[in-house]
Amino acid sequence: MLRFVIKRLILAIPTLWAVLTTVFVLVRVVPGDPTIAILGDQASEGARAELRDKLGLSKPILAQYVDFMSQILTGDLGRSLSTNRPIADDVLAVLPYTIELTLAALVVGTVLGVPLGVLAAKNRNGFADWFARIFSLAGVSFPAFVSGILLLLVFAVELRWFPVISSANAADPVERLRALVLPALNLGLLMVAYVTRVTRSGMLKALSEDYVRTARAKGLPYRTVVWRHAFRNVLVPIVTVVGLYLGVLIGNAVLTEIVFNRPGIGKLIVTALNQRDYSLLQGLMVVSAFAIVLANILTDLTYGLVDPRVKTQ
Amino acid sequence: MSAPAPTAAAPRSSAFGRATRSGGLALGVLIVVASIAAAVAAPWIAPFDPNAQDVLLVLSPPDTVHPLGTDAFGRDVLSRILWGARISLYVGFVATLAGVVIGTVIGVVSGYYGGLVDRLVVAATDVLLSFPQLIMGLLLVAVLGASLTNLIIAIAVTAVPAFIRMARGSTMAMRERDFVDACRALGYSDMRIMFLHVLPNILDELVVMASLWLATAIRTESTLAFIGLSVPPPTSTWGGIVREGFDNLLDAPWMSIFPSLAILAVMIGLNLIGDGLRDATDPRSPQ
Repeated sequence: MLRFVIKRLILAIPTLWAVLTTVFVLVRVVPGDPTIAILGDQASEGARAELRDKLGLSKPILAQYVDFMSQILTGDLGRSLSTNRPIADDVLAVLPYTIELTLAALVVGTVLGVPLGVLAAKNRNGFADWFARIFSLAGVSFPAFVSGILLLLVFAVELRWFPVISSANAADPVERLRALVLPALNLGLLMVAYVTRVTRSGMLKALSEDYVRTARAKGLPYRTVVWRHAFRNVLVPIVTVVGLYLGVLIGNAVLTEIVFNRPGIGKLIVTALNQRDYSLLQGLMVVSAFAIVLANILTDLTYGLVDPRVKTQ
Repeated sequence: MSAPAPTAAAPRSSAFGRATRSGGLALGVLIVVASIAAAVAAPWIAPFDPNAQDVLLVLSPPDTVHPLGTDAFGRDVLSRILWGARISLYVGFVATLAGVVIGTVIGVVSGYYGGLVDRLVVAATDVLLSFPQLIMGLLLVAVLGASLTNLIIAIAVTAVPAFIRMARGSTMAMRERDFVDACRALGYSDMRIMFLHVLPNILDELVVMASLWLATAIRTESTLAFIGLSVPPPTSTWGGIVREGFDNLLDAPWMSIFPSLAILAVMIGLNLIGDGLRDATDPRSPQ
């Protein structure tokens, strides 16, 4: 296993390099002068030149690239244009909230999605199946901010089960958990939809396989056959889907944080956009890039856990 | 204890037959066509000027004059949704179309010729696909500046790598087929083989993916508008109207609820179409 982990980590280096380069290029190939975008077109030439120096834009492009990469390697994301605080500090301050939310959504997605998908496949065309199909259609259709607003209106404003103003940083763990429920449900909804779909179609295929019939013929209880024989073979596609949509989850976390007014990377992105703080925005993109590469590594490592054949390849 | 349902031997039928048998596809087409019709007819059916303010009727709840209420400037929400649909749907359609065309051309050429260029295309596609689509769109609009054209460009760019990957994969499978050999033997040019013979054979997969991507594109536009990256005011797209309403969510929930439902309806419609088409064109998909 250790060799597998090390190999996977080494493989991530070129990906990370490519992704970081993409961020660098994207922020710089854009037509127009970023100093005009930041200061407005009324700014004096002197002010713009000063800003260009501050951003390091007056250096040759290759030197900028070397600066960018070496800063990231040392864990330095630069300083915010608007507050002049180190970006890495700002990010680290809110990162735990985003991680907490994403993990909670992941749990919601698998804990609800897997049983729903299995149930739907077991009762094909039955009530559970129809429910699962309608639910997953709704799940993939809801933009995260629309479902967030509806959840907020129904469960926080009308029913008053959960706080409207999120207290994600409350010291009281119960209060903190209560503040997490609606955002996690909102973010998890999409995951539930995808996990249900892939579990259902995987189980339908697995249940029609010969080994399932053999196991049944041996007289094993149906329950055992479903969970120990068929379900184990559906784990790989489930992990694939969860890993694939972890990226989507990171994007949707932004919206969930805005709607539920939670601290996190999403709120920081909005601040960066409102303040035209391009340094902060670039830093946040770097953090997202890291998160996605990390998510991919974790997905691959999970393959090794659920399917022993992967490790030996 | 329940036994697994026997897999019925479905009678062989045409893709069209399978598509029309599922009510979902028909419902999806109905919703989407109705939305497009409402958007096109907005100048005639919208009861008010979408930007006309009425300071005496600020945040008025739905009534017979303003069926969906008014917003913080006293503007009619129904009229704003109808006019907003024009931009939301337009951005979605044009961006998807651009993404499909560019992605497909690159994918088909890359898959057909293979070689070094193909490997570079694959590497670039992998990197671009590793960004969440929303984050990528957000970054692009943020650096390009929010305008109608830039929104379309940003959303199209996020669609391109997905279509490259798909068109390339399908083309590589087609390249090995006998009819392509036959075309070569007849001396057809590569261009002719790629776009008159290979392309029509991968078109059904592209159409399915395009219909699902249309939903993604419209969702991305509304999401960016909700974050505040959209066409300049006073014009608003659906996501922008939700955003305007979000600040008054507790006093005037109708301002966010109705445009949200409009977005949701179109999303459901497009997903129904996409799923219906996929089931129809792929006989193996478990239904």
